[in-house]
Amino acid sequence: METKIGLEIHCQLTGAKSKLFCSCSCEYRGKEANSNICPTCAGLPGTLPLLSRRAVELAGMISAALGCTVPEEIAFYRKNYFYPDLPKNFQLTQYNAYGITSMGVDGIMQYGDGKSARIRRVQLEEDPGRLVYEGSMETSPYALIDYNRAGVPLVEIVTEPDFADPKDVRLFLDKVTSLIEHLGVCDTRLEGSVRCDANVSVGGGNRVEIKNVSSFADVEKALRYEITRQNSMASRDIEIKSETRHWDDARKLTKESRTKEEEQDYRYFPEPDVPSIVLGSEFPSLVSRSMPELPDKRKERFISKHGLSPHVAQVLIDNKELADFFETAMSAHYLPREIANWIVNDLMGFVDEQQKEERSILAGLKVTPGHIAELARLVDEGTINRSIAQQVLAQAVKTGEMPSQVVRKTHSSRIDDSDELGRVVDSVFKAEQSAVQDAKSNANAANFLLGKVMAATKGRADPKAALELIHKKLAEQS
Amino acid sequence: MELFRLDAMQVADGIKKREFSAEEYIQQLLERIDRVEPKVNAFITINRKEAIDKARSIDKKVRDGEPVGPLAGVAVSVKDNICVKGIRTTCASKMLENYVPPYSATVVIRLDDAGAIVIGKANLDEFAMGTTTEFSKHGATRNPWDISRVPGGSSGGSAASVASLECAVSLGSDTGGSVRCPASFCSVIGIKPTYGLVSRYGLVSYANSLEQIGPAGRTVADVTAVMNAIAGSDRNDHTTLDMKPDYSSRVPDRRFRIGIVKEFLSGADPEVAKVVYNAADILTKQGCKCEEVSLGSVEYALASYYTIAMAEASSNLARYDNVRYGFEMSSEGYEWNSYYAKVRSNFGEEVKRRIIVGSYVLSSGYYGKYYLKAQQVRSILKQELKSLFKTYDLLMGPTMPILPFKMGEKIDDPIKMYLVDIDTVVANLAGTPAISIPGGFSGGLPVGLQLMADEFQEQTMLDAASLFESVTHVQRSPDL
Ligand SMILES: [Zn+2]
Repeated sequence: METKIGLEIHCQLTGAKSKLFCSCSCEYRGKEANSNICPTCAGLPGTLPLLSRRAVELAGMISAALGCTVPEEIAFYRKNYFYPDLPKNFQLTQYNAYGITSMGVDGIMQYGDGKSARIRRVQLEEDPGRLVYEGSMETSPYALIDYNRAGVPLVEIVTEPDFADPKDVRLFLDKVTSLIEHLGVCDTRLEGSVRCDANVSVGGGNRVEIKNVSSFADVEKALRYEITRQNSMASRDIEIKSETRHWDDARKLTKESRTKEEEQDYRYFPEPDVPSIVLGSEFPSLVSRSMPELPDKRKERFISKHGLSPHVAQVLIDNKELADFFETAMSAHYLPREIANWIVNDLMGFVDEQQKEERSILAGLKVTPGHIAELARLVDEGTINRSIAQQVLAQAVKTGEMPSQVVRKTHSSRIDDSDELGRVVDSVFKAEQSAVQDAKSNANAANFLLGKVMAATKGRADPKAALELIHKKLAEQS
Repeated sequence: MELFRLDAMQVADGIKKREFSAEEYIQQLLERIDRVEPKVNAFITINRKEAIDKARSIDKKVRDGEPVGPLAGVAVSVKDNICVKGIRTTCASKMLENYVPPYSATVVIRLDDAGAIVIGKANLDEFAMGTTTEFSKHGATRNPWDISRVPGGSSGGSAASVASLECAVSLGSDTGGSVRCPASFCSVIGIKPTYGLVSRYGLVSYANSLEQIGPAGRTVADVTAVMNAIAGSDRNDHTTLDMKPDYSSRVPDRRFRIGIVKEFLSGADPEVAKVVYNAADILTKQGCKCEEVSLGSVEYALASYYTIAMAEASSNLARYDNVRYGFEMSSEGYEWNSYYAKVRSNFGEEVKRRIIVGSYVLSSGYYGKYYLKAQQVRSILKQELKSLFKTYDLLMGPTMPILPFKMGEKIDDPIKMYLVDIDTVVANLAGTPAISIPGGFSGGLPVGLQLMADEFQEQTMLDAASLFESVTHVQRSPDL
């Protein structure tokens, strides 16, 4: 049956520094409850919203990067509903109506290999405060309210239901995340700075919203669960209700919301205290000009200028931190392919899934771009072979020592002294006399001898030089 | 000398010349307040200690030869929906009975900088919703000219305190006539400035797109001085325009082309209309050209006004849920929706009515039918006024179509009550300035004259008011 998935991605504009309508900081995390507030974001009587120009510019960049039309004039609307985390009991947001649009509309974004998804709209709004429960929401006898987050600028990206496969959703989310990292609008490593709700329908049935999904990996899991659930209901001819379901992180399933979310009437109307804002006809081009290099361009550059394979380039740009790491390493020693391969194939092996999810891949590692650059150089110059290099990297990840230091300490550099190598070959010949006899008539047996030489030197021997010596010695003996 | 009788300009002048001290003046006013408050009830809070402290600091500055500002020592009452840091701001509502704002409104800071002294917080209809100052948690304010009658509203405490000589000037807020109506009923001057001229930062919102803070006073010179102190752009209010005006209250040489709005007079009490025509004669004698004009869309103004005001109010007042500030009421044992319901039942009847109607007109499916249509009326009205102001410097009519009425007379009939706002709401819908000046009396009751000008033409309005004031002697304060 046909599956249709749409997404609502919320991204905090931590790069705006201040809240959307007052000068309080965006950095509310780790602060004492209700200490990051002022009369305006606490909704005190008589206060008026003062729009942050910076937040509008950052939201404009996101819109432009998602291929949306950025309007010349925008307005804010009040979305009225009662909830304790809303200081004013309305949220200032945007609304597409009466000739005024939100920050961006009608975009399209390419992702994966030639796939694309349409962006319905990008809108700028205030984040509400946070409710803190004792234990779980269901059993807590009270709710505490912390308004430190209230008013932090939030961009909502709404896609058309253009996804059929949860795997594609994941690819898309990775792309969007990389995009906002490259734009510098949001520190995606902060908990809750990027959130995603999804909606799913199968076979043209009713739409089910999935909320409360904390990580992108779980978005994929929640979607798989929900698609299976809906398909199995459909196959038994049970009608799928149009509803909101919450992702249960512990049990890994979606469940009906405890509180029935009835069809709410938000009574939207234009915010009188923020007159419609004329951004001007130059705004879209101004935004485009001020945008840094975006992931697609960067990938293209990695491939065409530095000779990376499309796959390796993709892995690097999916996480801005990794791409930056690569470029820094490359500037130390220009060995782009060698360095990229070490990062993508080897270094990533030391990063656990949790860290990847949290987008702080390199935070726990003791390895810097300088380490990888040096490692690549040692291999490139032939000082160590590849398998030794892997051991050196493992050691460097653990201790933070530079690769050259590790090599010196473990005497693991390649044996290029032919006298020393000769002595090792001699002793192998003594120990493996029958193999030596074989080798005189069978070329494969020479490889066996080489293996013994490599083992005796713990891999430090230059295999080419060692094999030459073996053949020379066999020739002498015959 | 009875210092409490002095106008603002005389007070500032006397203090600067050390004819008397600010402290003596404030002391006399506080005694006056104690004497007349039992009859008038114009104040919710009297700011005794801080007022005397400020007076002393001004006296010290005068002695030390330091600058003290154009309103040095002048006592001002501030409507209790305008925040003054550290002083209770109740909006005459149970919902804010214990609310002490941690910041001052921009206008209050500017008055303070000009040397004025906040003598107290003036009574109003709850959240400024009303035309009589009867809908107050603090009890009704009475008209000082006849204490069996209403003083007008919603800034009834502001106008009554000025007319009762309890202060020299006052700050009120005008959403649909709330400064001009009580100014008219109490025979003082009241101004509704152009939208965007005066900062609303610190004014507790009722209907954001309509209201402005404006002064009440007994002379044109006094309200002009207050306007000079408070008007001008404020970075805390996005809707203010980038300007800093400097108005004059000198009697002008210029003579004006004045349109007498026919629709304002046809619906008025004949006694009221008589005063207006008489005023037109006086101005004509002074060389002004007065002729009758028509403002056709006035017919739709009230419906448009109440639709927009109530819609905005329904959303503005949503924040009063007693979670962050308010009054004593434990939330123990409530689920939050039921707590909200319980808490919000403490709004007064008129406020509840406006929240319900406002929520209705914004609800899905009705938005286009009501709110949007009301906005369309608004732009038609604006255009009509714009074209009239090409021909006329000013439009004139009565401020209120009727004389001050008995207390309790209209309190049970909201529609009848809303109808008396017909002449004042036009300026709020259009965003244009208007002034109410004492026009005369009918049977001992004041009649206010309303002058309207094009946007930012406050000076024209003040000039005409000065001219009229200079040739008439309409009493400003009764014997109490
Ligand atoms: Zn704030």
